[in-house]
Amino acid sequence: MTAGHDHYSDEALRSILRRCRTIAMVGASANWVRPSYFAMKYLQGKGYRIIPVNPAAAGETVLGETVLGSLDELQAPVPMVDIFRNSQAAGGIVDEIIRLRSDKHFQVVWMQLGVRNDAAARRAEAAGLEVVMDRCPKIEYGRLTGELSWSGINSGIITAKVLRL
Amino acid sequence: MNDGDRRYGMETRAVHAGARPDPATGARQTPVYQTTSYVFDDIDHAASLFNLQTFGYFYSRLTNPTVAVLEEKIANLEDGRAAVACASGHAAQFLAFFTLLEPGSHIVASRYLYGGSVTQFTKSFARLGWQADLVDPNDPDVVEAAIRDETRAIFVEVLANPGGIVVDLEPLVAIARRHRIPLVVDNTMATPCLIQPFHWGADIVIHSATKFIGGHGTSMGGVVVESGAFDWFASGKFPGMTEPEEAYHGLTFAETFGDFGFTMKARAVALRDFGPSLSPANAFHLITGCETLPLRMQRHCDNALEVARHLETHPKVAWVSYAGLESSPWHGLARKYLKNGFGSVFTFGLRDGFDACTRMVEASGLFSHLANIGDTRSLVIHPASTTHRQLTSEQRATAGAADDTIRLSIGIETVSDLIRDLDEALEKA
Repeated sequence: MTAGHDHYSDEALRSILRRCRTIAMVGASANWVRPSYFAMKYLQGKGYRIIPVNPAAAGETVLGETVLGSLDELQAPVPMVDIFRNSQAAGGIVDEIIRLRSDKHFQVVWMQLGVRNDAAARRAEAAGLEVVMDRCPKIEYGRLTGELSWSGINSGIITAKVLRL
Repeated sequence: MNDGDRRYGMETRAVHAGARPDPATGARQTPVYQTTSYVFDDIDHAASLFNLQTFGYFYSRLTNPTVAVLEEKIANLEDGRAAVACASGHAAQFLAFFTLLEPGSHIVASRYLYGGSVTQFTKSFARLGWQADLVDPNDPDVVEAAIRDETRAIFVEVLANPGGIVVDLEPLVAIARRHRIPLVVDNTMATPCLIQPFHWGADIVIHSATKFIGGHGTSMGGVVVESGAFDWFASGKFPGMTEPEEAYHGLTFAETFGDFGFTMKARAVALRDFGPSLSPANAFHLITGCETLPLRMQRHCDNALEVARHLETHPKVAWVSYAGLESSPWHGLARKYLKNGFGSVFTFGLRDGFDACTRMVEASGLFSHLANIGDTRSLVIHPASTTHRQLTSEQRATAGAADDTIRLSIGIETVSDLIRDLDEALEKA
C-alpha cells in the first residue's frame, strides 16, 4: 500500500487484521461512551490484545488493561498502533512510532475514522511502515467478517462463499 | 474469494449483494429468520449490544438476520453506505424525517408527490411540529425562496407518481449544499435500475419496497438509504447527529459511526422507539423480488413505452403524460437522468372526462383496478376517485390527478395483450 489513501483494498485490510493481533491504542479512553472504548471492547472480544496509551490516564485501568503513559513503555512486539487523536496531533505520534519502529517491531500505523495526515503518512511509509488512515479497525473487522452487515451496512462484498476474515 | 475489490454489474448485485451464504447453516438462499430475540453470551455481551458497542442481534424490532440482507442489498444497489428497512414506504419517510427534524423544523418538498405523502407531510407531520412547503421542484428560484433558517431537508420523488414527472436534481443539489442540508430523494418509481440518486449528489434515498423492489404485490416494506457523504459536523444544523444523544446514554452518532451514523440513529432511536419494523417474512419476499429487479424493470419500461405510444394515437385519448414520449415536457430531463427506460407508471386523459374514466376502468378485463403500482400485473386506477380523493381538486390537478386522469402501472405481460385490452375498454368508455 503506497500513495493511494482514498481507498484500501479488502485484501490489504484483511492481511493487516490477520497479522496484527496486538494493537497499541493511542488516545484510548476510560469513558464508555467514547468511540475508542467501543473499538477496544469490540476488538478484545475478537481476541485482540489492546494496550491503551494515554498520558492523561497513565496508570488507570481500562477494560482490564493498564494505561501506559507513552509508546516507549510498550513491550515488543506490538505490530500495530491505532491512533485515536485528531489529524494534527497524529503527526507527532507518527514521528514517535518511526523513532521506536525497530525497537517495538511496529509494522502498521492505523489512524482512526476522521483522522488523516498525509505528510505523516509519507514519513511513515518512507520508514517502511504500512499506513491506513480515516478508517476504524472495528468497523473494518466487522465489514470483512459480515458482522457490519447485520446493521444494514453495505460491505461491498460479493461472494458465493461463507464470509471469513 | 470474498470479493469486495471488484466492481459488479447491477444484475449481479441484485442477486448477490447482502445475500452471502448463511453463516450459521451454509443455506444458499437467505433463510427466513422468523425470530424475535437472540440469546446473550453473558451479561457483558448484553450490555455491549444495548450500548451499540458490538454488532449483533438481540431483538427484531431493531435488527433481524433476514431483514439485514434486504437492507444491505438495497444499500448496495443504490451505491449507498447503509440502509434501514421498515414496514412500509410511509414508515421509511417517518424514520428519515424523525432522524433529521426537531419540533419547529421545516421541509421544502416537491408539490409533485404521491397523494398519501402530501397528506403525511401537510397533516400528520404538522402535528409533530414539522412544517412543510410543497413547491415546484423544477423552479430553483422557488425552491431557494422557500428555504428558511429552520429548513432541514429538501424532499422530492425523482420520478413522480402519478404523472411521469422528472425532477431536475442538479440545481436542487446545489441549493441543498449551499444551505448545508440534505437532499432526500424518493426513488420508488425509478428504482436504482433507472437512476442512482447518490451519483447526482443526493444524500438520502427512500424506497417504498412494496412497489418494484418486491415487484409481485405480495409484501409491504420501506427502506431508508444514506450515501455516507453528508458532513453533519460541517453542516452544524443537526445537533441530533453531532451532539451527545440523551436517548442513547450520551452517544454521539456522527462521531462514533462516521459515515453510517444516520442509519444507526434512524434504527437505534426512531425504529427502536416507534417500532415500525419490517417482518422477516416480508423481507424474504422483497429479497426474492429484488433478485429479478433489473429484468423486470426492463420489461416494465419497454411495455410502458409501447402502450403509451399506442394511447397517444387513440382518438378517445386527449393526452398522455409519460416521460418516455417526446411530447412530454419532462422528456429532456428523463433522457438526462434515467437510463434503461422511463418507468412503468403514467397517466392519460380521456376526452369525455370523469364518467368515461370510471367506465373505462370498470371495462378492462386484464388491468386490475387497485391502489398500488409496480406489480408484475398491469394495474389501473382513477386517482381522483381513489388515491388522491383526500386532496382538494386544485391539489389533485397540480399532482397530475385531475378528474379526467387515469393512471396505469404497466406490468410485464405480453404487450400486445395489454394494448388489445385497453382498446376494448376504451371502446366501452
